[in-house]
Amino acid sequence: MIAILDYGSGNLRSAQRAFELTGHKVVITSDSKTFLGADAFVVPGVGAFGACMKQLEDVGGASLVKEAVATTKPLFGICVGMQILFSQGEEKGSHSGIGFFQGSVAKLAAPVLPHIGWNTIDTNCATFEGLKDQMFYFVHSYAVKTAPADAQITWTTYGERFVAAVERNNIFGTQFHPEKSGDAGAKLISNWAARI
Amino acid sequence: MVQKTAEQVFIPLTVGGGIREVKDVDQLLRAGADKVSINTAAIKRPELIDEISARFGNQVLVLSVDARRADSPSGYEVTTHGGRNSGGMDALEWMREAVNRGAGEILLNSMDADGTRDGFDLEMIRAARSVVSVPIIASGGAGKLEDFAAALDAGADALLAASVFHFGTFTISAVKEFLAASGYSVRR
Repeated sequence: MIAILDYGSGNLRSAQRAFELTGHKVVITSDSKTFLGADAFVVPGVGAFGACMKQLEDVGGASLVKEAVATTKPLFGICVGMQILFSQGEEKGSHSGIGFFQGSVAKLAAPVLPHIGWNTIDTNCATFEGLKDQMFYFVHSYAVKTAPADAQITWTTYGERFVAAVERNNIFGTQFHPEKSGDAGAKLISNWAARI
Repeated sequence: MVQKTAEQVFIPLTVGGGIREVKDVDQLLRAGADKVSINTAAIKRPELIDEISARFGNQVLVLSVDARRADSPSGYEVTTHGGRNSGGMDALEWMREAVNRGAGEILLNSMDADGTRDGFDLEMIRAARSVVSVPIIASGGAGKLEDFAAALDAGADALLAASVFHFGTFTISAVKEFLAASGYSVRR
């Protein structure tokens, strides 16, 4: 079973459907016991970095996500759900993240924001096997621009180069939305789910 | 309908029509929409833009603007009822205000170009591009493949066409092939 952490409003149904394509049962839950009892975890993200961290507090906060990671079972952070895996966010004030990765989430230097659209990626990450020439769907204005030393990074560019995906051991996160990235997104989710 | 579509479609889904308040947006997002587009409701009550973007982020909100040439400060005015009525507002001023309030994208429908198949309204696209820094989806006037490239060059970030596809003038993939061959970034 894959558990999607529900800690705010938004479109979680699409994520649930996309992860269900892997053949696993997928639950959307705000209950920490149910969440931790799953075989793999999905942390989506809604709104601004700080607001997201604050909403996370209502369901167990950073410690719940840390507990999930400590199980060594796979965890997938999506969009702001990936951003909060980093140490710092600079959206609407400076905020602390969960801090699995050293790095700051800052506003993209681009003439048109939000960045809404499909991008190619630059990757050597095994999770992207078979997907190196594919495009993924992004919706965001903030991003991580400096790679943490201890992680595998997939890059993309919009205005400037930024982190499209980050991976270390059982932690995986994407700035783009795999659940909205058509067949390429489905394949990525399937690659990730193969480790469950 | 939103829910059924979202079950099958793993690409972004924008839903418009009948959105009057924040709770309508909440319902649509929970049903599987990624974005909502609003038009008349925002003209009637601009605060709706602030309310929706404060709750869900500006990336969720597409402001649809039906604009046409008129005796207005910028030369463009907002229309309602599919271009039949004047909305009594300057179109560029409205876009600027809406983005300040939290609109994350503009769907710019040129009522002058709509249905002509003479090409997108490049003048209007350039004018809108000069006042807002959010993505602009240009709509109205597509008639041939070159029109799509010209609209991107004028400053549109995305393009909308309907009749050329419905009537089979060319296919969506033909447009994508043409743009890719011309050096534009497009998903295939």
